[in-house]
Amino acid sequence: MSKINTLEDLNKAAKRGLEAIIPSKTKIMVGMGTSGIASGAQAVYDALAEEIKKRKLDIILSKTGAMGMDCIEPLIDVVQPNKPRLAYSKMTAKKVPEVIDQIVKGAINGNKPAYRMDEEEFICLNENKQYLKGPVPKDLEGIPRIKEVSFYKKQMKLATRNCGMINFESIDEYIAKGGYISLFKALTKMKPEEIIEEIIASGLRGRGGGGFPAGVKWQTCRRAHGDIKYVICNGDEGDPGAYMDRSVMEGDPHSVIEGMIIGAVAIGSSQGFIYVRNEYPLAVANLQRALNQAREYGFLGKNILNSGFDFDLKISKGAGAFVCGESTALMTSLEGKAGEPRAKYIHTVEHGLWNRPSNLNNVETWANVPAIISRGAKWFSSIGCKNNSGTKVFCLVGKINNIGMVEVPMGIPLKEIIYEIGGGIPGGKKYKAVQTGGPSGGCLPDKLIDISVDFDALWEAGSMMGSGGMIVMDETTCMVDIARYFIDFLEFESCGKCVPCREGVQRMNEILQDICNGKGKEGDVELLESMSQGIVDGALCALGSTAPNPVLSTLKYFRDEYVAHVRDKKCPAGVCKALIRFSVSEEKCTGCGVCLKKCPTECISGEKKKTHVIDQTKCIKCGVCKESCKFDAIIVE
Amino acid sequence: MKTAKTIDKTVKDIIKKYGGDKTAMIAILQDVQEECRYLPKGALSSISKKMDVPLTRIYEIATFYNAFSLKPRGKYLVEVCAGTACHVQGAANLMDRLERDLSIECGETTQDKTFTLEEVRCLGCCSLAPVLRIGADVHPNLTQDEIPKILRNYK
Amino acid sequence: MKVGEMVNFIIDGKKVEAEEGATVLQVARANNIAIPTLCCHESVAPSGACRLCVVEVKKGKRTRIVTSCLYPVDEGIVVDTKTERVLNVRRLVMQLLMARCPESDVLKDMAKQMGVEPQPAFHPETDKGKCVLCRLCVKACEDVVGVNAIGLAGRGKKKAVGPPYMEDSKTCIGCGACAYVCPTEHIVMESTNSKRKIWGRTFKMQACDKCGRYFAPIDQLKFISDKTGTPMTELAVCISCK
Repeated sequence: MSKINTLEDLNKAAKRGLEAIIPSKTKIMVGMGTSGIASGAQAVYDALAEEIKKRKLDIILSKTGAMGMDCIEPLIDVVQPNKPRLAYSKMTAKKVPEVIDQIVKGAINGNKPAYRMDEEEFICLNENKQYLKGPVPKDLEGIPRIKEVSFYKKQMKLATRNCGMINFESIDEYIAKGGYISLFKALTKMKPEEIIEEIIASGLRGRGGGGFPAGVKWQTCRRAHGDIKYVICNGDEGDPGAYMDRSVMEGDPHSVIEGMIIGAVAIGSSQGFIYVRNEYPLAVANLQRALNQAREYGFLGKNILNSGFDFDLKISKGAGAFVCGESTALMTSLEGKAGEPRAKYIHTVEHGLWNRPSNLNNVETWANVPAIISRGAKWFSSIGCKNNSGTKVFCLVGKINNIGMVEVPMGIPLKEIIYEIGGGIPGGKKYKAVQTGGPSGGCLPDKLIDISVDFDALWEAGSMMGSGGMIVMDETTCMVDIARYFIDFLEFESCGKCVPCREGVQRMNEILQDICNGKGKEGDVELLESMSQGIVDGALCALGSTAPNPVLSTLKYFRDEYVAHVRDKKCPAGVCKALIRFSVSEEKCTGCGVCLKKCPTECISGEKKKTHVIDQTKCIKCGVCKESCKFDAIIVE
Repeated sequence: MKTAKTIDKTVKDIIKKYGGDKTAMIAILQDVQEECRYLPKGALSSISKKMDVPLTRIYEIATFYNAFSLKPRGKYLVEVCAGTACHVQGAANLMDRLERDLSIECGETTQDKTFTLEEVRCLGCCSLAPVLRIGADVHPNLTQDEIPKILRNYK
Repeated sequence: MKVGEMVNFIIDGKKVEAEEGATVLQVARANNIAIPTLCCHESVAPSGACRLCVVEVKKGKRTRIVTSCLYPVDEGIVVDTKTERVLNVRRLVMQLLMARCPESDVLKDMAKQMGVEPQPAFHPETDKGKCVLCRLCVKACEDVVGVNAIGLAGRGKKKAVGPPYMEDSKTCIGCGACAYVCPTEHIVMESTNSKRKIWGRTFKMQACDKCGRYFAPIDQLKFISDKTGTPMTELAVCISCK
């Protein structure tokens, strides 16, 4: 690949890319993000390769990232000339021959596609490109369009614009979608101060959770003293249940790279770092490949686009420490040390990595930058709601029908995310709360279901946007157990430097463990509350100072559950083992004996077709009986 | 288990790969761990000598991050995802069952050195919760009673 | 930061002037305002680990709780060293430390002076000794002496101070700097006439060539000799006889 120096060169690459996106021959894209692979996409990919080889077909096989609807993975998309793009869900190696048949014969029988796409949005270019020239073939009219699928209807893919859409191994496809045009604009048509003004005007706020105006951060860094400055990408997505950043790094690594180069131009930096969690090997691999490609094209390195600007990026892996998602701890880790945070009285934009001005932003924040420079601040700020422009990527997980990654305009009511996009609660159960902001956040109960999902509204409600994890809970979730879960996590992940976090979170955990184990005492809840303020005020970093949030939030909206645990020694949701009892319902038990066989402690006895009995002295409350009973005859109270 | 000589050579090669860059200590330790399946004492001493970095600093790093193990790990790393989504879907029960079936506690290795049991947060496969990973294999949507059968495949 | 320029601010209602670059703690102490500390020592840089020295600072519209040992003074700030929020943090820190180190008289005395009662709901720990993880010992060994015999290990509640693997130290020179800076007497150096014992090692002391008094471990003198090039014979004379 030769260097790209002019817009003409770029357009040539774009042309190549477009031919790959909307090819003149059949292409099958396999969703090969981490969750796709976990659900069996590799076997599907291999089976497709084999079938194509066996039948000597001229079909392109390519890999793409996750588009978001994880619950129907493995997903493959079939693109045939002059036909809508068709998505086949829950693919298996076994289904491959039939799908290939449909491609070859051109007719749909049996395994129906889940949805179709007649066109693709090229957001950075402000145009839509059609997959087909004429009308939709009659036999495909019944396949719903992607925008008709309730999961996708209200979504707006901006930061994740290319995830699941392009081959993540191809820089040309990225370019075809408007990639690196913004870099040209930023380097050849804008002054650094103009770039910063554009980002400020766009209203882009940090997507890592802080919500600090990105442009203002860039400006402060630019103005800081020092010739050597750094731009850093925080890819240490540690909130359990959040994988938005992973999806972007895997599915569209160039969006992050381009964003960072633009940031470097604006700030005046010649060296950048992408700090990626150790637990994301595919993201690291895809980023590394993309970096190599960017260097080959001359977007990284010396004299980029003949502008005299030098900049390069390096990937640094984490080694398993949640605290390294905190900016000062991350920088300490980049320096090759144990990732302990430090006071931020002197900001990292002035004294950061190796004491030099450093601008750190989250993956999603960087990924938005090229789109903002392409389409303009006015366009970006027209999306979302007041003071909260643009979109936010969330991971909707837990007790929800449509589990997956979603991107929505800021300000969307929570209700729409849960019931329209998420499809509501499985098993007909009742929504209880959604946890946002991970271990630093709080829960939003049913009475707040109409809340606007934006930085400010969530903060006021006692939670926070956080990085984007949304854990949905139903009536079978114990909120005291959830608080205990988060505190236990933070105790393990605390760096141990300061007393309020190291000792305080530990003590909160002890109290919560006691409460969940039936040893809660009067005054425990009050002690948790009184300790919280001291920890919030006294902790050195945000891990510690936000640690009490899940406790305070669950106390605010579910105090009755705490009271039940402490005073009545009961767990209303039926979760805390020490406070529940498993028994068999006489009415519903058919005496089938399945639970008896599966019980690991052999504490269930009973004759065939007669009601079985659980020996409470041997029961360890593992729940296997309830899991395996087809008649819902196990009572938990 | 590698000999002291092999460990020394491994360390030498890895340090060379990173150009002796002291700021790459974490990456160096990760590569050593990858080769030796844990961080042997001899490896840390060797790194300390070759890179002129105090052993205390290296030990601090090796004991700070979750990825590092100072004890030899079993042939298979059994990781129970304890992310919030998996927790809400019953991951605690999976861990309890594994602890009982393997007769070890989380963080320990079985006597025959086949399995090391650990918690991981989070694998990011939340639509498949609760999830277990053994080696590179992800086992989705698990129920407790599937565990004995799965473990048998790895013996 | 332009060191040398003076700034004016208010602390506990008092107008003070200080040099830019100074910390709130330094200025407070210079003005006879008492702020408790534990992890602070003149010979090492502050770390902000214990949080006892917290104060409330109002800068512009923003009020924050910060550690005075690290917070740089600035023009126009208003500092309060005894607000309810501040006292609340200090109380919690002392209660947590007393539960961590129930045997420490130093902590008990400090708490008494501060009017803090122990929190009975915090079960006393039994395996932490008197170590509050102030890390002064580590900093002394690393930055002042430069031996790096002890360091921090582990994370969170498992964090501890000591030689690698908590084994008898191979590199300690027996200088005792760590014991000297330890605020709670957790680090104990056993000294007899001709020997010192610390971190699992016994050190032979050097007798002064002139007066015969045992004054420093031989290993410490060897360390100094290696570092400075001064021959051992020159170092084998105690300070009084020099």
